[in-house]
Amino acid sequence: MIWDQSFALSIIPQLLEGLQVTVQITLLGFAIAVVLGLVVAVIRRLEIPVLSRVLGGYVQFVRGTPLLVQAYTAFFVLPAYGLRFSAVVTGVIVMGVNYSAYCAEVYRAGIQDVPRGQWEAATALSLPAHSTWARVILPQAIRSVVPVLGNYLVQMFKDSAVLSAITVFELLNAAQSIGSSNFRYLEPLTLAGLLFFLVSFPASHFFRTLERRLAPTH
Amino acid sequence: MITFQQVSKRWGDNEVLKSLDFEVLPGEKVSIIGPSGSGKTTILRILMTLESPNEGLVTVNGKTLWDVKAGTRPKEAKEMRAARRDVGMVFQQFNLFPHMSALENVMEAPVKVLKMDKEQARARAVDLLEMVGLAKHLEHRPPKLSGGQQQRVAIARALAMRPKVMLFDEPTSALDPELIGEVLGVIRELGHSTDMTMLMVTHEMRFAEEISDRVATFDHGRVIERGAPHEIFNNPKEERTRKFLKAVLEH
Ligand SMILES: Nc1ncnc2c1ncn2[C@@H]1O[C@H](COP(=O)(O)OP(=O)(O)OP(=O)(O)O)[C@@H](O)[C@H]1O
Ligand SMILES: [Mg+2]
Repeated sequence: MIWDQSFALSIIPQLLEGLQVTVQITLLGFAIAVVLGLVVAVIRRLEIPVLSRVLGGYVQFVRGTPLLVQAYTAFFVLPAYGLRFSAVVTGVIVMGVNYSAYCAEVYRAGIQDVPRGQWEAATALSLPAHSTWARVILPQAIRSVVPVLGNYLVQMFKDSAVLSAITVFELLNAAQSIGSSNFRYLEPLTLAGLLFFLVSFPASHFFRTLERRLAPTH
Repeated sequence: MITFQQVSKRWGDNEVLKSLDFEVLPGEKVSIIGPSGSGKTTILRILMTLESPNEGLVTVNGKTLWDVKAGTRPKEAKEMRAARRDVGMVFQQFNLFPHMSALENVMEAPVKVLKMDKEQARARAVDLLEMVGLAKHLEHRPPKLSGGQQQRVAIARALAMRPKVMLFDEPTSALDPELIGEVLGVIRELGHSTDMTMLMVTHEMRFAEEISDRVATFDHGRVIERGAPHEIFNNPKEERTRKFLKAVLEH
């Protein structure tokens, strides 16, 4: 099979549409993941009886099952229980929930790294618990994990290709459908891979630089 | 202002405080001296509610901070929180909030705890930072400041809550020698200019002698001797005090 340049050029608009969906799903899923993950990490740390343990189990379970299985379950099984969403919405939720478990672990490490003296200073100033978290602990914990979260964003961007399995019309799915309707897979799949790379490479480079700049100040 | 009655603290088999009775009068400046591991920091940490006693009664300004019967679990009570507000602490390692400027460090608790409005809190924070000689560093974050400057911000931060009791746990022992003077100067000034009760743990014997109304020597979780500084330093009655002072002064 020889590279067909004019075919390749002609399919770029369609692929860019797919890329747009990929980016949207990634950003929305990431927004869910960073917020949900933070809530999970904080509640776990608060050691609330039952609830903290349940969330610990949640983290273990989500991390211990493949994203693809989670996506299939959400797409094929949940509707039977009356939870019916479009493929895109299902995809966003699955990505968000999946990565929330990883984010929760990252935050947990970040929270643990805040020196004990910070908690003690907050107690000595009689700061209420919510101010201690919001003003003292989390700003430091989150700052130290921003680069790791950034890497997860990049990883999520690539992992979102899994959602083509549940009919989400993202970049990989766009490439596949171009391939099957034209009986030519070389150009669409190559270009799809290239587009993934063109976004993820500079992004991970950016987060590596950020990591060096945000090195802890303690 | 501060009373300890029959206070015990253990970690495993290590009995750090043994039925301690101890008292500090309102406005008194008291220094605690004693060998390493004798429980000096533990006393301050119990007063700051960073540790709980296994047994005993601790009051601050007439309010019950801890009231633990033998064999019961200490619990955080409403009255404890009220009592804690009367206490401020300066730590050995400063423990400033590194992501906030000096000014923000000092403003934080007045705004969040005393519900002071921001402008008023800022004005007071500026006054306090000027008082500790940091008028030029209001906007600097702790990592940009020297140890001596950080500790002075920490003093201003504690003062901003208008405590009735200030605790100092070896406030200069993490500092380079040339920075000790500026911090001691601030504490000395505070001692002369306020009627705040001050309880400090220090290895700076000359400073303790000069600033204290009373000095207490500790060993193995007990008060060995207490008295006016000139008595303790020049004419100690207890053999153990004498030994300790000899060891420190030879240093
Ligand atoms: N969190 C803890 N867990 C176990 N043991 C502890 C803890 N904190 C203090 N101790 C022990 O309690 C004893 C008294 O400690 P404390 O810090 O009060 O001594 P100190 O008089 O302040 O000594 P130093 O002059 O070295 O600061 C020590 O034997 C110490 O090992
Ligand atoms: Mg100590």
